[in-house]
Amino acid sequence: MIPVMLVISMVIFLIMELMPGDPVQAYLGVGSGVSVEQQQALKEQLGLDGNRVERYLNWLGRTVRGDFGKSILQKAPVADIIGTSVWNTFLLNIVGMFFSFAIAIPVGIKSAVNKYSHFDNFWTIFSLVGVSMPSFFFAMILIFFVGIPLGLPLTLMRDPMMVVRGYPSLWAEIVDVGRHMIMPLIVLVISSLASLTRYVRNSVLEVINQDYIRTARSKGLSEKTVIYKHAFRNALLPIVTLLGSYIPALFGGSLILETIFKWPGIGNTLHSAIFKQDTSLVMAINIFYAMLMLAGNLLADISYALVDPRVKVS
Amino acid sequence: MENKKENYDKKNQANNSIVGPWKIAWGRFKKNKTAMFGAILFIVIVLAVIFVPIFSRFGLNDFILDQKELPPSAEYWLGTDEQGRDVFTRLFLGGRTSIIVGVIAAGFTVLIGATIGGIAGYYGGYVDNILMRFAEIVYSIPFTPTVITVSGALMWVNSKYKMYLVMFLIGILSWPGLARMVRGQILSLREQEFMQATEILGLSTRSRIVRHLLPNTYAYIIVSATLGMAGAILTEASLSYLGLGVTPPTPTWGNMIERARNSNVFRNMQWLWVPPGVMIMLTVLSINLLGEGLRDAFDPKEIR
Repeated sequence: MIPVMLVISMVIFLIMELMPGDPVQAYLGVGSGVSVEQQQALKEQLGLDGNRVERYLNWLGRTVRGDFGKSILQKAPVADIIGTSVWNTFLLNIVGMFFSFAIAIPVGIKSAVNKYSHFDNFWTIFSLVGVSMPSFFFAMILIFFVGIPLGLPLTLMRDPMMVVRGYPSLWAEIVDVGRHMIMPLIVLVISSLASLTRYVRNSVLEVINQDYIRTARSKGLSEKTVIYKHAFRNALLPIVTLLGSYIPALFGGSLILETIFKWPGIGNTLHSAIFKQDTSLVMAINIFYAMLMLAGNLLADISYALVDPRVKVS
Repeated sequence: MENKKENYDKKNQANNSIVGPWKIAWGRFKKNKTAMFGAILFIVIVLAVIFVPIFSRFGLNDFILDQKELPPSAEYWLGTDEQGRDVFTRLFLGGRTSIIVGVIAAGFTVLIGATIGGIAGYYGGYVDNILMRFAEIVYSIPFTPTVITVSGALMWVNSKYKMYLVMFLIGILSWPGLARMVRGQILSLREQEFMQATEILGLSTRSRIVRHLLPNTYAYIIVSATLGMAGAILTEASLSYLGLGVTPPTPTWGNMIERARNSNVFRNMQWLWVPPGVMIMLTVLSINLLGEGLRDAFDPKEIR
């Protein structure tokens, strides 16, 4: 894992070297009237002097120690900016994931049990169209036909007026954030349902034709016990491993949604940081995504071992 | 459904004629209505994308300055945009870019994936170890954020070359899945008798890999190339929508929708952003149907 992280950090560093413009100039603004000596001092302070290898090692050293530097444009520590936006993204994604799995698992099981029924066919078409539709286009259609007519909040996470005045109670805050969450949540859940229902269906189908299911049926167990206790538990294996790889994919996918709905999450922060050429922020966010990816893979391995007693953690 | 397949196979055996695997697959594919629908839809889209701009009265840069922002009419089938260009013509011109990006990105992915997977599987040992380690690293790079960051860092690249950058990025990040699959296939294939035969015949290594091993993985490669193409078209669209992919004046479906970030366009000029969105959906849908049909045709054992 550590070598992988090292390689990724090198890739991220090299990408940022391709970015045009002088970060010191960006930090100071145009026509700041700061002398060349002072600029040089600032450069050293920001860790931007020296050759490429020195700069890389410098940056790596600070990053490992948890010092991500200062955002050049927002003039705040990068760690703080990431800290707040990560939680907003987590909130959206965790709620989204909860609804996606809560819907996809029963739907997938029902589709598998009643293969080629109207129910199954409906979800087949649903997932085909869902997988083929770009999420941003779906979001736009939804905003146009649902969001605007119903007067739902379309951008941000909180009502700016409420933020200025302060929330009267915690409950009021929850309601406000919840209202802002409706639209991005619908898009997120529907677009992940498209692939998730298929996945659950196929893994249940694979199990349902096994001999032990026939045994369970011939023992005279009720259909409910057969499906939920014997079939589903075994079908859970691929679903649980999916969970690990699903988290990074979900974060990547919600990146585009966040920019559409201006949800103040990490994806939206990355998008605006790229356009503002806020180098240290862009780098730190990429490191975050890479770590998330590795954590997801590790989680998948661990959960695999937990669910399947045949797999031993080495 | 499955019975039909079996009957078809039995009929062929009964005829006692020798039928190659490709012909069997084609026979199955023809019988699959949704797959045929996908294939025909895709062919229609490709033909439209090629021929509509050729026969159109409008060119890529025909700005008709007194005809801006017109709604669809008999003259302009899908209206005109803010610069007085015919949206209908641009829609198919944009489709050219989107589909070309998809095809080449998928081709590039297959080229890298099949080569690396083939070499790793054939040689095994430390070559396999190094290559698969490398694949694992590339696999661990988060796709969407990296693609967005790289195209953001290379924003100064001329619009003309942006298209190639996007293809390259997609290709270079999406090959590990295919490489793993090809490697696994080759690992098991190389132990089979026909490979011993090639050794006895004294064939060169290159010929053994290219002519005897890889053809056995073509079915998988074709399926994953088709599905990869659908993914690449979606990626290009999202990137261009974010303003980080192919940039105007080169039209693509993604950057045509990007106009709708302007709320006046979004609320009042749907003819500018709905058609490209629908085209992306239809194209990707047709490719997905085609790809799944191919998978079923090549591998009837797969339960669906």
